[in-house]
Amino acid sequence: MSREAETAPQGSPAPASLPTRARAAAHTVLLRWLVLVLAVGIWELAARAHGSVYFPPPDRIARHVHELWFDGPARHLFLSSAAVDDILPSLGRMTAGFALAAVAGIVLGVAVGRSRRAYALTNPVLQFARAVPPPALVPVFVVVFAFGTPMQIASIAFSAVWPVLINTAAGVRNTDPLRLDVAAVLRLNTAERLWFLVLPSALPRIFAGLRLSLSLALILMVFSELLPGTANGIGFTLTEAQTRSDLLTVWAALVLLGALGYLLNTGLLAIEKRLIGRGRAP
Amino acid sequence: MSHATRTREQGTDRMLQLTAVGQRYGDHRVLHDITLTVPAGQLLCVVGPSGCGKSTLLRTIAGLLPAHEGTVTVDGAPVTGVPDSLAVVFQDYGRSLFPWLTVRDNVALPLRRRGLARAERRAESDRILDRVGLSGAARRHPWQLSGGMQQRVAIARALVCRPTLLLMDEPFGSLDAQTREDLEDLLLEVHRTDGTTIVFVTHDIDESVYVGDRVVVLSPGPGSRIVRDLPVRLPGRRDQIATRGLPEFVALRAEVGRAVRGGE
Amino acid sequence: MRWLRLRQELWLGLLGVLLAFGVCEAVSRAGLVRRSYLPPASEVLGRAVELTGDPVFLDGIGVTLRAWALGLGLACAIAVPLGLLLGSVPLVDTATRAIVELLRPLPSVALIPLVSLLLGSGTETEVALISYASVWPILFNTVYGLGETDPLAKDTLRAFGFGRLAVLLRAELPATAPFIAAGIRISAAVALILAVATEILSGFGEGLGIFIAQAGLATDGTRDVLAGVVWAGTLGLVINGVLVWGERRLFPWTPEHREAAGGGARL
Repeated sequence: MSREAETAPQGSPAPASLPTRARAAAHTVLLRWLVLVLAVGIWELAARAHGSVYFPPPDRIARHVHELWFDGPARHLFLSSAAVDDILPSLGRMTAGFALAAVAGIVLGVAVGRSRRAYALTNPVLQFARAVPPPALVPVFVVVFAFGTPMQIASIAFSAVWPVLINTAAGVRNTDPLRLDVAAVLRLNTAERLWFLVLPSALPRIFAGLRLSLSLALILMVFSELLPGTANGIGFTLTEAQTRSDLLTVWAALVLLGALGYLLNTGLLAIEKRLIGRGRAP
Repeated sequence: MSHATRTREQGTDRMLQLTAVGQRYGDHRVLHDITLTVPAGQLLCVVGPSGCGKSTLLRTIAGLLPAHEGTVTVDGAPVTGVPDSLAVVFQDYGRSLFPWLTVRDNVALPLRRRGLARAERRAESDRILDRVGLSGAARRHPWQLSGGMQQRVAIARALVCRPTLLLMDEPFGSLDAQTREDLEDLLLEVHRTDGTTIVFVTHDIDESVYVGDRVVVLSPGPGSRIVRDLPVRLPGRRDQIATRGLPEFVALRAEVGRAVRGGE
Repeated sequence: MRWLRLRQELWLGLLGVLLAFGVCEAVSRAGLVRRSYLPPASEVLGRAVELTGDPVFLDGIGVTLRAWALGLGLACAIAVPLGLLLGSVPLVDTATRAIVELLRPLPSVALIPLVSLLLGSGTETEVALISYASVWPILFNTVYGLGETDPLAKDTLRAFGFGRLAVLLRAELPATAPFIAAGIRISAAVALILAVATEILSGFGEGLGIFIAQAGLATDGTRDVLAGVVWAGTLGLVINGVLVWGERRLFPWTPEHREAAGGGARL
């Protein structure tokens, strides 16, 4: 019936053959890790030669990480009791705070973004809230909640909510007006409009906000645990090791934190890829 | 829905009635004193130079913009908000389709308010996709298809609820000539079978005469008025080559062209 | 009609601020939350204004701002050349990618104990930490901005016989400058966070963070803590506002989306 081609006309040159591309990719990966391995190697040699207590060699740090947290039984995922006592509560608090911030941020962001009036009304207050450096707020929460898990979750949630809220509101506001007309013509009700149009359309911006929030959640998690008065957590391990001048543990905790941060960010990116889909043009 | 027998006769019932409709944008007057009666089953073409408010007229009919002056009546009922059983096809198919939904889901979207079960919605959606020549594209996403195919999806979405009034806002303006001809013929075929009343806005004079039962010409803005209202007396079955060569076509086309240029 | 809408939005914004203020005031005075936990907004605001006349407090602000400026300046001095290098030589960029990606997710506040052990708890520590944290947004934005340069400008210069460095300075640097400026703006906020965080944790000395921390320990100090927070927020707003204004003045032609892909920097 139609004379059109079955697929979208691309007009781009044929891609390089598979083996060539694979080789190029392998080279990149190799190069990336080469410098890292080199850097670690140099550190190792320098530390051994110099013997400074402030920069222990990487292999000692790695062993210490294992000793502290990963020499537990296999049925506990190799986590030692110290890991269970410290890492899990930290992670739990951060996840709780982040989840709260995400949900509240998206819900409130949609509410604010949908109405031009609501946006104009709340914008100055939101800009101020976002401008406050989150660590400055932690003492407030300490006073209100006293030390402990509720205080930490509250600090994390309260600080992490703003990027999500503001980004969600902006994403909702930027919904294509033509698509809103389409929704009106299709007679979609409010819930359908939200689910089929507004939210999917705002998703890239929401995720940009979520990524920022995750950073903030990590920072606040560590910071709230660095304060005197906490009883457990990765940050607590850090500060406690600091008082004992136990540099090995300090470095170990840093490595652990870096790894955690990397895993969490990668996880969020993976979720984003899954939800936003492969290369669609919004 | 009415299946008016294949014919270019005008039904007597009024599907669409505009009375002294005026439209503004701020202090800007866009449309002025538009009075128009469209009988059921007619394919009306609205032509005019760029910026003369054709799209605004369409939006006013659709209920997306309240008329500043005058009244719009669709199927007897005055328009306040989008009337039921009205469908619109926009020019920008990239933006009017939702890229995060599959073609099938895009087309099935208007069926939600009909209270059909999921399986029925899918079946209806597939049926209409077959109708417009897109069998097999149901699972794809719009951005994976060519421009012409995307516009077919948009048309399918408009037709899936069997509307009584179909509005089209320069739907083929972004497509190449070949694709445009294919879609014009698709539209004619659909109109012939379903008898839907169609208001078709275009800036392409040839297209308006080829496709329409009647051509209305708007003057250049601001404050466009209707300057010509011509019936198209051409045979019912249109053919891209044959019809466009007919002397009646050439004469009509010239008349419309003069009206568009001179605003006489 | 446009400016009418703008005026309406300004009034609404003002109304929003007043409403928020009113809510905080009412919640506290109605005794819903204990007075010592959340003093009424008017008291907090009053105290904040009072502090403008307090020389000790103002000195502390000065200390914080000095550390902030030093750290930010150092970060610029490191990040801009480094970013230009990484952006110009793709080999170096790819090579260091792994290191960067591993360091990036580490929250800078976590380094406070380590750096305190290495450098003590004076200004050096604060400045070092601020610099470290502030380097990243500027670095990423510089690299990103370099990638966004129109190749046509570069090719034109090369066709005229200009060398690599000249192309960099004459074509790429001016084009990248708006991105660098946006990166500096993000880093300014990051620097403030680190400044306050380091001060709160060190516990003694001068600075806005110290003021807040010490008020937090005092009985009935919530009013001061909140006043300090108001100051911190205002500082943040002012800094951001000045930088945005500066950006608009220097680079009036560029659109809003100058921030690095991925929605801004890691902190």
